[in-house]
Amino acid sequence: MLAHLIRRLLQSVAVMLTVALVAFVLFQYVGDPVSFILGQDATAEERSRLRGDLGLDAPVPVQFARFVGNAVQGDFGYSLRQGRKVSELIASKAPATLELSLVAIVLALVMGIPAGVYCALKKDSVLAKWLMALSLLGVSLPTFLIGIFLILTFSVWLGWLPSFGRGDTVALGGWTTGLLTQSGWAHIILPAVTLCLFQLTMILRLIRVEMLEVLRSDYIKFARARGLSQTAIHFGHALKNTLIPVMTIVGLELGGVIAFAIITETVFQWPGMGLLFIQAISSADIPVMAAYLCLISLIFVTINFLVDLLYVAVDPRLRITSQSNAH
Amino acid sequence: MRIKAMTTFFQRDFLQRIRQSDVWFSFTQSKVTLWAAAVFAVLVIAAFGAEVIAPHNPMDLATLELSEARLPPAWQEGGTSKYMLGTDDQGRDLLSALMYGTRISILVGLAAVGFALLLGVTLGLIAGYAGGVVDAAIMRVCDVMLSFPSILVALLVDGILHAVIPRDASNTGQAFFVVVLAIGLTLWVKYARTVRSSVMVEKNKEYVQAARVMGASTFTILFKHIFPNVLSPITVLATLHIAQAIITEATLSYLGVGVPPTSPSLGTLIRIGNEYLFSGEWWITVWPGLTLVVLVLSANLLGDWLRDALNPRLQ
Repeated sequence: MLAHLIRRLLQSVAVMLTVALVAFVLFQYVGDPVSFILGQDATAEERSRLRGDLGLDAPVPVQFARFVGNAVQGDFGYSLRQGRKVSELIASKAPATLELSLVAIVLALVMGIPAGVYCALKKDSVLAKWLMALSLLGVSLPTFLIGIFLILTFSVWLGWLPSFGRGDTVALGGWTTGLLTQSGWAHIILPAVTLCLFQLTMILRLIRVEMLEVLRSDYIKFARARGLSQTAIHFGHALKNTLIPVMTIVGLELGGVIAFAIITETVFQWPGMGLLFIQAISSADIPVMAAYLCLISLIFVTINFLVDLLYVAVDPRLRITSQSNAH
Repeated sequence: MRIKAMTTFFQRDFLQRIRQSDVWFSFTQSKVTLWAAAVFAVLVIAAFGAEVIAPHNPMDLATLELSEARLPPAWQEGGTSKYMLGTDDQGRDLLSALMYGTRISILVGLAAVGFALLLGVTLGLIAGYAGGVVDAAIMRVCDVMLSFPSILVALLVDGILHAVIPRDASNTGQAFFVVVLAIGLTLWVKYARTVRSSVMVEKNKEYVQAARVMGASTFTILFKHIFPNVLSPITVLATLHIAQAIITEATLSYLGVGVPPTSPSLGTLIRIGNEYLFSGEWWITVWPGLTLVVLVLSANLLGDWLRDALNPRLQ
């Protein structure tokens, strides 16, 4: 168990170091900070002095170590386009993205699990067949197109919901939230629905398949034979075991939601990290790109690690096998 | 069995072989597949015959009239029969722009899958055949790539390449190269993994040993003897990936980091139309959007069918 944990932790660190190396190469060699600060006309002497001041004449491994040291403290220098500190820039955009992702995940779970259970229990009903067909469409349509069609329907034609921005926000310390105002909620509906659709369809299909599988197993037959009520069998026994794999996938997909938020944020002009990243890409703003790369990798690696832990904690069978492997 | 059938496939009368094959039989049995194939064929013909079929040439800037910009479809008030589906912000005929755009989308998709195939199959063959440190190194790279969503990888590669190669508006070929590379790099991992596991099974079989005893070089063994036997799963993956590559290209172009607006793909057309959504000019966005949906859906359905037809275990 402990050995497994340590191995996973080391793997995570290795991935992070690889990502940091990519970011470092980008940072140091692509977006040459010297010519950015001094401009193209600087003399060779000025350049070499600045190189010394910035520590760029040190051996590459030393520079990399410094870069990692700074990155761990959240210091990625200054944005080339906006002139602000990258860390401040990202911190000011993070609440918008995290709020959107959270609402999307909750929506996907609240709608996906009941719909999946329904499709498994009443798998021959008309509604279930429609849901399955719709979910196929949801998987194969590109996110940005769904967003555009939603804007067209609910903002342009029906005029019910706003289509861009966050609406009114309230500052709570360093965190700005749109979830405390009415206009904030109105603004989050369309982007959150767009963002959750992919996860929603995946949860629906996954729950359905798992549930059908579990319903065929022996312990459900025994529960039936003992005369338990349908409700007790379906929700007390079957659903509980269905949720374990779903939990893993949802955990892993949390990172996916944050990544897909890039697209949703662009469609709805949502002022989050994803929009910042897209702007950084189109203007070749290397420090922002490098910082976003490191941050999103950190989020991914942490989530993967936590899901692994959670999986072992929830499923007793895994604990036994990992123990017997360790011996 | 199936492997043998594949190798003798090209030696007999081609058409007759096709008509007698299981794959053709399952093709004629599924109505959905037939429809998907018909729709896909129409799109491909319209896209690649655009020079002949299209009523206007949207790439010819000289014929564009700004006074005819943003005209609605023919059946709406203000529309003319000259432009069936309306015009975009520069007065381009949308129907013609759609045909040319579909071609660019399909071509970028095919090129990206081709690049991914080349890279993935080569690395997979090497990893599976060499084993040891080489195998471990390639597989770790795969693991890292797989732990990130493909759109993120594509965006990063795109961003890095754009930062390395300065943007040059006049050089469209370079912009296409960047997009194809970015999409291809998100797809190769699956080929590498599939080929690797097949190679690890195949390399211990007798025909490989026989080839080695006969003194064939490693290159010959890999590409001439082992490769044909791992083709089937690769074909299925590639078909399914074409739809995915088209979606990724559309997404990149929509985000403004894809193909240049001078040779618009479906994604670029959607991006152009997005600005006019609120002034009621829905057609500039909706037509390319619907075309993309139909294109991707039909390609996906064909891929799904091929997967089921080539995989006897699922039948």
